[in-house]
Amino acid sequence: MSTEGSYYVPEQSKLPLAAALGMGVMAFGAGAWVIEGGTSTVFMIGLVIMAVVMYKWWSLVIEENTQGMVSEQLKYSYVLGMYWFIFSELMFFVCFFGSLFYVRVLVGPWIGGEAAIGVFDDTPTDAAVANATHLWTGYDATWPPLVTPDQAVNADAAKFIGPQEAMSWPGLTQILSWLPLWNTIVLIASSGTVHVAHHALKEGNRKKFVRWLGLTVALGVIFLFLQAEEYIHAYQELGLTLESGIYGTTFFLLTGFHGAHVTLGTIMLFIAFLRGVKGHFSETDHFGFEAAAWYWHFVDVIWIGLFIIVYVLG
Amino acid sequence: MAHGPSENFFSRWLFSTNHKDIGTLYLWFSFAMFLLGGAFAMVIRAELFQPGMQLIKPEFFNQMTTMHGLVMVFGAIMPAFVGLANWMIPMMIGAPDMALPRMNNLSFWILPFAFAILVSTLFMEGGGPNFGWTFYAPLSTTYAPDTVNYFIFGVHIMGASSIMGSINIIATVMNMRAPGMTYMKMPLFVWTWVITAFLLVAVMPVLAGAVTMMLMDINFGTSFFDAAGGGDPVLFQHVFWFFGHPEVYIIILPAFGVVSQIIPTFSRKPLFGYSSMVYATASIAFLSFIVWAHHMFTVGMPIAGELYFMYATMLIAVPTGVKVFNWVTTMYKGALTFETPMLFSIAFVILFTFGGFTGMMLSIAAADTQYHDTYFVVAHFHYVMVAGAVFSGTAAVYYWLPKWCGRMYDETMGKVQFWIAFIAFNITFMPQHFLGLAGMPRRYSDYGLQFADWNMVSSIGAFLYGGAQLLFLYNVIRTIGWGKPIDDPKVWDGAEGLEWTLPTPAPFHTFSTPPVVK
Repeated sequence: MSTEGSYYVPEQSKLPLAAALGMGVMAFGAGAWVIEGGTSTVFMIGLVIMAVVMYKWWSLVIEENTQGMVSEQLKYSYVLGMYWFIFSELMFFVCFFGSLFYVRVLVGPWIGGEAAIGVFDDTPTDAAVANATHLWTGYDATWPPLVTPDQAVNADAAKFIGPQEAMSWPGLTQILSWLPLWNTIVLIASSGTVHVAHHALKEGNRKKFVRWLGLTVALGVIFLFLQAEEYIHAYQELGLTLESGIYGTTFFLLTGFHGAHVTLGTIMLFIAFLRGVKGHFSETDHFGFEAAAWYWHFVDVIWIGLFIIVYVLG
Repeated sequence: MAHGPSENFFSRWLFSTNHKDIGTLYLWFSFAMFLLGGAFAMVIRAELFQPGMQLIKPEFFNQMTTMHGLVMVFGAIMPAFVGLANWMIPMMIGAPDMALPRMNNLSFWILPFAFAILVSTLFMEGGGPNFGWTFYAPLSTTYAPDTVNYFIFGVHIMGASSIMGSINIIATVMNMRAPGMTYMKMPLFVWTWVITAFLLVAVMPVLAGAVTMMLMDINFGTSFFDAAGGGDPVLFQHVFWFFGHPEVYIIILPAFGVVSQIIPTFSRKPLFGYSSMVYATASIAFLSFIVWAHHMFTVGMPIAGELYFMYATMLIAVPTGVKVFNWVTTMYKGALTFETPMLFSIAFVILFTFGGFTGMMLSIAAADTQYHDTYFVVAHFHYVMVAGAVFSGTAAVYYWLPKWCGRMYDETMGKVQFWIAFIAFNITFMPQHFLGLAGMPRRYSDYGLQFADWNMVSSIGAFLYGGAQLLFLYNVIRTIGWGKPIDDPKVWDGAEGLEWTLPTPAPFHTFSTPPVVK
């Protein structure tokens, strides 16, 4: 709540309009790009506009802070902004997790003719039986689905060919060579290192802060590298692709969007790292870093959800 | 802080960081979109004036129904209430401006770009979106024109705009209240908006997820909505309505807030049951997340699902009933006067309640099997969208316009507009109930001869209703330019709240030093 009348209302700015223009050009360009025969030119122009605007905008905010125009109250507005931004990101993942549950728990048994009438009565419903006898004969609902309904009916002529192998739990004996486990270790470790960096900063130990933050960025890059390795493995050896039915669809969209968020988080932390080296942050005033750290913990939490649901129980 | 608006017209309106100017931009943009969406509706009603195909081709008719819905929901109603929020929330809570003024301007300027992209698809090869405003897969994926990709990215940036706008409202309300302005002292318009903003931040990302899945299915070979790959077209409907049901409350909650400000003013009594209004709003918001599949009763859900969604939906009538009774009780034994904003608000209460009752009919799964996808549904949601959201938006403009520009609108013209709008609205949409119950399906460009009479009546009403909006536009422009100057801070003698302590017209900057609320 406001206690003094010194809230900083900025002067007029060209940046918001330029940002909107950049987003508009990007959106139009992306639409033109994905249409058959389209090119990426317009999208790239939009991307450049956005990059310039973002650089200028954040530089301006940093400068305002250095000049002492940012009151405690305004800082709290930024804090609230970041909280709710992360909440909106969470809801984006909720959408994809929800879709995964829906297809796993309900759609599979419906297509495979096994959907039960009730909790205590496991006779299949008429609709499920009709599905299995008329539409998708021979489809067995399993998870992970290695055979798509399309394949069950059309064999090799099918549009969607399932993967030879899924990414799921390989059993205890194979665990040390299981990439997702290492990815989990890397990412959880990075949440630890960023925490250590935060504490170092609060103690005023800039050297330690920069070192541990650098380590966090390195772990983020390692994670992305391992994830890329996993995708190559999936595409080249397992036949697991975007086109391999609902398993590939949910697997790549969930892990892919997580990876995109890790990329964003790594960039944020890297910028915080550069700013740390330059000495932008003080013991009490370092929201630029703090926001990036919250975001990093957020992608970590999403990964734990992914690891359990998509990998271990997948 | 600058002391007044920029002298230069372009820099004032393009680069603004002022909540009032940005609010004005939102309101004018939404009115432009309202006329555009209205023009699409006129095309629809002109084609449906008589059975048979007269004016346009069925393919174009489909684009018109789709664009009418999209433009009205995302371009007209939502930005109109964001504009009102921008203008009124800082004034109502004693803040100098919105919490994040530059982001505020960004939220606005995304919209013209998003709608330019969306509307431009009408002129492209293959035409614009033709799959209905709910864009069900596979109509919007397998069978969609190529331009669907522009639609998808347009929705993406529009969603970004909504999320940023909402975060701004939440931050303003949580961080910028004047000393003493506790949560339970906030005007109801602020309360309904902060809850709406929460809904927006929660569900716009889900809409982004839905269109992303479409994008992947169309261009990258995934099978979210394709049973051949193990997905399900019904998944689309679940994801869409998980967004879509909160979305309809996003539209109506700020309207509740407006009416809860206006009725006490013209009843010269405080709002009856303030805290129950707050709790009812929160309950409606909560329920909106757990009732989505009542839009899908005929899609083939398990019986347990049908029953659950039916009963959960009926629960919404409880908090909504609380609200309606509170508005009526506020008026009870009040010293009522019937200025234009009050007329629109009373019409809101009556017609919204009517729309709520048809909603109760639709919530009964067994009955919905008959009503589903008929004109009964069209009539139902236009009673809550038009007589609900649009009437309350109109009421809000008449109520606050004198405060904004320091000039009084023409009361007679306002009342004339009200009565034309009220009567024409009912001529348009009341017969659509009968058409629907008789079995006329929605979204078709032609119909059987037995539906001819009521369709003609409905079309005549629609043209009249459209005409009333031009009168509204004229009245607003006339007020801003040539209205009778006023300088009473209260404008209305029964008005209460911080916004009425400011001079009239409202100064460019609101509360440079926060007021103290006792």
